Amino acid sequence: MKKPIAGGSGGAAGLEVALPHPRAARPQTSGRVLENERLLAFALLSPTVLLLGTFIAYPFVMGVWLSLSNTSVGNIGEFVGVKNFVKAWNDSIFQTAFRNTFVYTFWATIFKLSLGMWLALLLNRSFRGKRIVRASMLLPFIVPTVLSTFAWRWMFDPTFSVLNWLLYQSGFIVTKLPFLSDGTYGMWCAITVNTWRGMPFFAITLLAGLQTINPDLHEAASLDGANGWQRFWSVTWPLLKPVTLVVVVFSVIQTFSDFQLIYVLTGGGPANATHLLATYAYQIGVATGLLGEGAAISLFMLPVLFVVVWLQLRYLRRLEGA
Amino acid sequence: MDRRGFLKSTGVAGILAAGRAPAFAQGTKLHLLRWNDFIPACDVTLREKLLPEAIKALGAEIQLETINANDLQPRITAAIQSGNGADIIMTLHNWPHLYQSGAVDMTDVAEWQAKDQGGFYQQSEQAVKDGKRFLALPWSISGLLIAYRKSWFAEVGASAPPKTLEEYRELGMKLKKKGHPIGQTLGHTFGDAPAWSYPMLWNFGTAETDKAGKSVLDNKKTVDSVKWMTSFWKDACDEGGFAWDDTNNNRAFLSGEISATLNGASIYIAAKRGQEKIKDDKGEPMVRDIDHFPIPGGPAGSWGYHIPFSHMVMKYSKNQKLAKDFLKWLHAKEQFGRWFEVAEGFSVGSTKHWERSPMWEKLDPAMKLYRTAAQASRMVGYAGPPNAKASEVYSKYIITDMYAKAAQGMKAEDAVKWAAGELQKIYG
Repeated sequence: MKKPIAGGSGGAAGLEVALPHPRAARPQTSGRVLENERLLAFALLSPTVLLLGTFIAYPFVMGVWLSLSNTSVGNIGEFVGVKNFVKAWNDSIFQTAFRNTFVYTFWATIFKLSLGMWLALLLNRSFRGKRIVRASMLLPFIVPTVLSTFAWRWMFDPTFSVLNWLLYQSGFIVTKLPFLSDGTYGMWCAITVNTWRGMPFFAITLLAGLQTINPDLHEAASLDGANGWQRFWSVTWPLLKPVTLVVVVFSVIQTFSDFQLIYVLTGGGPANATHLLATYAYQIGVATGLLGEGAAISLFMLPVLFVVVWLQLRYLRRLEGA
Repeated sequence: MDRRGFLKSTGVAGILAAGRAPAFAQGTKLHLLRWNDFIPACDVTLREKLLPEAIKALGAEIQLETINANDLQPRITAAIQSGNGADIIMTLHNWPHLYQSGAVDMTDVAEWQAKDQGGFYQQSEQAVKDGKRFLALPWSISGLLIAYRKSWFAEVGASAPPKTLEEYRELGMKLKKKGHPIGQTLGHTFGDAPAWSYPMLWNFGTAETDKAGKSVLDNKKTVDSVKWMTSFWKDACDEGGFAWDDTNNNRAFLSGEISATLNGASIYIAAKRGQEKIKDDKGEPMVRDIDHFPIPGGPAGSWGYHIPFSHMVMKYSKNQKLAKDFLKWLHAKEQFGRWFEVAEGFSVGSTKHWERSPMWEKLDPAMKLYRTAAQASRMVGYAGPPNAKASEVYSKYIITDMYAKAAQGMKAEDAVKWAAGELQKIYG
């Protein structure tokens, strides 16, 4: 079979070439398949759908099923409706964990945002060694959470705390502070560690946002007589708001579902005073083996996070619209 | 032990006559998961001496993995749910009841062990037996006694250990005033916390349940017990103990921060093995100043909780027969005896046979109490059966938290009401 080559110019337009083999029909078929937009879209999307289905949808559906059943370790459960949710809601430890999760998320996010913003504004200035400072600022974020939390745990150790030693030697205290052995102290220690760890994420993202702001705007504001605070409030903050909201959304999700930090630092103690929903769900579901009840506790996070994220994204959309 | 000895001891000598190794010996693997022993030499003996012998004799590969005891329960849950993991897992307390659907019936091997070694201690059997079946094979018991500094006790006028809890509190008060508080954990940790909190119920004549297994915690005796703990905590203890795990009191004692603590024998053994470094305030080896006494008596007597350890063969294991044969070999007198001697009293046997071991004659007088400590033990869930519900109460730290809440300021009556409410949900 001979076929003229399409296109070309001059004498080449009339050139005829021999196609090698009738088997060439096969690539033509697959070519037709690839030309079909629906099939191509399906082929391209299916790996992603498979991955999402396996690693997100299946565990989620499984979690929902477990929460509605009385499954315990090694025993396939039966459907019990919302019994696990009601039981959790009436459980005093759950109530403490639920409250703690809000307190922990709220304060940690506030501190991370304000300190992260402050750091970003400082790092946005020119000074010698700026690159080293910027790189080293990321260290808390890079070090695995479990490792860094162990280090903090040693610093807060009930008997051998280096912080207590320093405060005592400096004359600030006369008796040891109960860093991890008192519920209130324990929660603030956890918030401190979370802030220390999460602040670089805020700082680096906000710094990236700051660098997109046109310096001319600041210059114009200065010429109009605006002072530092006025420039920040009227120029920087409005332009940084969308980035800030995105960072806050991410942070709220991560902090609300935090597990590693509390598990290593306090284990939820003393007397359950620092349990978060994730650590309590783990204790009930995994350590005690009551998988249904554990799944129900963890699913309490879902509507809360959904509402928070929805509100924030709605606000973000409104900002973008404006 | 050679291959022939191994097969003889596990009752498969016939395999020798058949002239070929059993099917499982053809490159099969066994995975044994245990805690990080508080006596590291025990893990070394297991890893470097006993397991190589078993490997040689079995022709199978045996892998030992050790993890923090507080992480064992999550690992068991994950293994059972995924149907994949270690073939044999060490359990503490009465955990096998919680995981009974994932455990292989070990009755045949357990009956052999009981017959061979003079019968199990009550708590060892209760920890693993669901009435008919042995859900795991009893391995050892970790005795818990109060380690104390003799010289510091003498300084406040105690030439002998206290006999009653009230005496102990008064003594502790004097010690704390001198900067040597008693150290105890009321934290979320596997051993020292329940071993301290559960006996406080029993010594005041109260319990989690009645014999039928119904919750009976909400009573005046429990309130009295909680009140005693609260005043003991404030008057005598290092209040940092709320956040201690099982290792904190060891470190605090060996560094001279506390004068007494309920613990396994690991403090004494560590002080002895490290006597070149671990010194008292006069520069002498601290070990010479350490002795032990049982938890002093309350209004209803003196009980302890000595923790039983067992080995559970997992139902998902593809090598159940091999695992059972291996455990039969490991739990036999010859093998267990070698491990037991390295433990130097930290771990006693699960049967009374080991009270008669000549090893006890070689130990220091301060260690002698551990020889029979396991005799005065009750089980979690007392006075009812130590079933899965008792395991759930233990795993949620409800009894320990009842005391911790009161010691942190909650009214004793309210703390008891809270705990009784939690127990009611579990026991009914």
